[in-house]
Amino acid sequence: MKRLGPFVFERRLAPTRTAILGYSLLAILAALVVMSFIFWAYGVSPIKAYTVIGRTTLGSRFGLMEILRRTIPLLLCGVGLVIAFRAKFWNIGAEGQLLAGAVAATWVALFSGVSGPVKLPLMFVFGFAAGALWGIIPALLKVKLQVNDVISTLMMNYIMAYFVKWLIYGPWRGPTMRGFAYTDLFPRDAWLPLIRYSKVHWPTLLVGLVAAMLVALILSRTRLGYEIRVVGDSPDAAHYAGISFLGVSLWVMLLSGGLAGLAGVGEVAGIHHRLLEPDHVSLGYGYTAIIVAWLARGSPLAAIITSLLFGLIFAAGDEIKVTLQMPFQITGVFNGLILFFLIGVEVLLYWKVGLVRKGKGWVGKAGS
Amino acid sequence: MAEKRTDAHPDSLASHQNVALLMRDITKVFPGVVANDKVTFELKVGEVHALLGENGAGKTTLMNILYGLYQADSGEIYLYGKRVRIRSPRDAIRHRIGMVHQHFKLVPRHTVAENVVLGLDGAPFLAPARAVEDEILQLGERYGLKVDPKAYIWQLSAGEQQRVEIIKALVRGADILILDEPTSVLTPQEVEELFKILARMREEGHSVIFITHKLDEVMEVSDRVTVMRRGKVVATLSTADVNKPTLAKMMVGREVVFRLKKVACERGQEALVVEDLWALSDRGLPALKGISFSVCRGEILGIAGVAGNGQKELVEVITGLRRATRGKVFVLGDEVTNENPRRIADKGVAHIPEERLKRGIVPEMSVAENLILKRHHRSPFCHGFFLNLRAVKRFAHHAIEEYAIMTPGPDTPAKLLSGGNIQRLILARELSGEPALVIAAHPTYGLDVGATEQIRQILLEQRRRGAAILLISEDLEELMSLADRIAVIFEGEIMGEVSPEAATLEEIGLMMAGEKRRVRR
Repeated sequence: MKRLGPFVFERRLAPTRTAILGYSLLAILAALVVMSFIFWAYGVSPIKAYTVIGRTTLGSRFGLMEILRRTIPLLLCGVGLVIAFRAKFWNIGAEGQLLAGAVAATWVALFSGVSGPVKLPLMFVFGFAAGALWGIIPALLKVKLQVNDVISTLMMNYIMAYFVKWLIYGPWRGPTMRGFAYTDLFPRDAWLPLIRYSKVHWPTLLVGLVAAMLVALILSRTRLGYEIRVVGDSPDAAHYAGISFLGVSLWVMLLSGGLAGLAGVGEVAGIHHRLLEPDHVSLGYGYTAIIVAWLARGSPLAAIITSLLFGLIFAAGDEIKVTLQMPFQITGVFNGLILFFLIGVEVLLYWKVGLVRKGKGWVGKAGS
Repeated sequence: MAEKRTDAHPDSLASHQNVALLMRDITKVFPGVVANDKVTFELKVGEVHALLGENGAGKTTLMNILYGLYQADSGEIYLYGKRVRIRSPRDAIRHRIGMVHQHFKLVPRHTVAENVVLGLDGAPFLAPARAVEDEILQLGERYGLKVDPKAYIWQLSAGEQQRVEIIKALVRGADILILDEPTSVLTPQEVEELFKILARMREEGHSVIFITHKLDEVMEVSDRVTVMRRGKVVATLSTADVNKPTLAKMMVGREVVFRLKKVACERGQEALVVEDLWALSDRGLPALKGISFSVCRGEILGIAGVAGNGQKELVEVITGLRRATRGKVFVLGDEVTNENPRRIADKGVAHIPEERLKRGIVPEMSVAENLILKRHHRSPFCHGFFLNLRAVKRFAHHAIEEYAIMTPGPDTPAKLLSGGNIQRLILARELSGEPALVIAAHPTYGLDVGATEQIRQILLEQRRRGAAILLISEDLEELMSLADRIAVIFEGEIMGEVSPEAATLEEIGLMMAGEKRRVRR
């Protein structure tokens, strides 16, 4: 038990599912409340803001489709990060792995000479491989040279972003683009089919949903998943049990990076149909996916829900920009607030908080 | 410097002029274990008082209560005859008590002076480190605590860092100094210097509490000694009136609590052979220096010794968790030196690890999942890529019943079990594959009487079944009642081997203190 001012904290060993859900919702609610002050400071009535956001996203077919479109890359990256985080591998590099996938898909689309119905599947295969490769490098660095995974995965994002820039300003700049920094448009056989009157490239969405289910299966039912969880929970016990740290780390980052790579394929083949500036290929999906995975608390299936939530926030950002004349970056503020409060409620998950009563010890307040 | 108080007090002992500290009837209960059971401890002004006991005897708990890190459940503390309440280390410092922890609490990237001044009341706002530099040099002069105030901590040896800790306490005006196992990280030369410093401090009128489990040190440095065992005080004696064998006997306990029925062993095939084994400790110093022995099926070889004499490294090398720098390990006739831990485990080697919570279980995972650790990659629990969850569950129910593991169910996270049940879980897992060799490191350490007895019975049952058992323990009573042979380890070497029927506690105690070597040469 610990005391801090008028509060008493008592350690709680295992938070219940209801507690986790309840406190996560509480964090989102708190972020919404703080957000309304930001709207207010901007001269926009928060009530009006939330009404507009609700009507234009959840309240229309167009809005719902926009949510889905944003959900796709978040889901794929988020599920990948769930695997990495379960092994306590802090992969901050989904953004770079996504771009690696986009680059590989572009190569298949424009330069491989392959055409016809095998082209799209091949783009996905190459995209997965490129993302996986970009993920495996930090895994090797960590296990072989003890390089910090947070730093290396983060730095790899910049390397890949500048690589993409170099490609589109240099060797891959499209001859038909009149000097703009794009590649040429992909031929039609490299375009993903869309749900009608929307930008939802449904094959990628399907891949994302299947990936979430497969990863759930891997984590709970397979030897690899078991070893991932042992390594994540207790590296000492993993060593004692003879589990190979190198093997598990490589598998984890292969899957994590590969899934992010698939997200990159979806963005270029489904929406842009060419490779362009890295911050246009991805609006920071690889970073937002960190929050998606954190909020999912290690469950790939929960990542479906949390990626939808952040898809909604992205879609709302577009609306805020168009309807309320506020900058799109407001989504970044909101994402930051949610992450901030989520980390804040950790305390409530593992500590029961009460008020000190004079002479009477303490009384439970936020306990469940 | 000491404030002597002479107010009349009902307790004649406490009001005695010479008594610096009296802790009376201190009781502290942790979940599942009584760490201090009505402990009474008295410290005189200007004495070095050794607090002797095995690991887990309750020494550190008692001192943590004195230093305000824990609150006692009951009992009283008197300083110079006056009752005090110590709620935090800050209170303790105010009462002129200083503590040097076993693991130093220093900021490596700061200088000596910066560390000394950190958190010091009354330090100036500007250039605080410079203000204490002179004082550090003066203290160094007075007590032989030589250390450069401008040096960075990371540049210092363990012995020098310890001096910084002592200076920290002295600058804060400590009259009573607690040293928690101060020699465990020191080289023999540094130990010598520490003892000189302690002698100086005694001359200056400081009172020192010296926590240790090493008999030599008690004899060399202390005026009086209090022996603790299993949370209780066995005796407080003047060091001049005792000898090492007596202390050893008090420390480990003479009476055998359990009369275990032990059938005569039938020695079978050699299950473990160790030849001239050398290995380094985590700090890179030689921890094993040419160890050789063998264990046969159907017998228990006990390894006795004071903690930190190479037992941990020995277990780790045999199980593949640490590299041998020289020598060979054979299991059932096949060489397994420096093989990976999985291959050694698959050969039929069970390992009941010393660090139960850190190594023995995966705390967040369920009891059922913990029960298949190490065998999760083999039939029947795993076929190809997939786990056979039905087999996992069936095995869990079976193991929970057979080993009487008290758990709400197989899906409960292992971290919610009590210490005894965690150990039952580990035994159930390690022994269910009918291993040829069982390596048990401190299997009953910190457990209550019931669990201890059950686990000893299980080990004897394994022996009857024909397993070879290597039992590492600090508990001589346990070794005497279980082992067929006892080898004593001291500073990485085997001092000798005795049979428990023929040996006396005194003899083993002397070997534990490294005496035998002198006799042999």
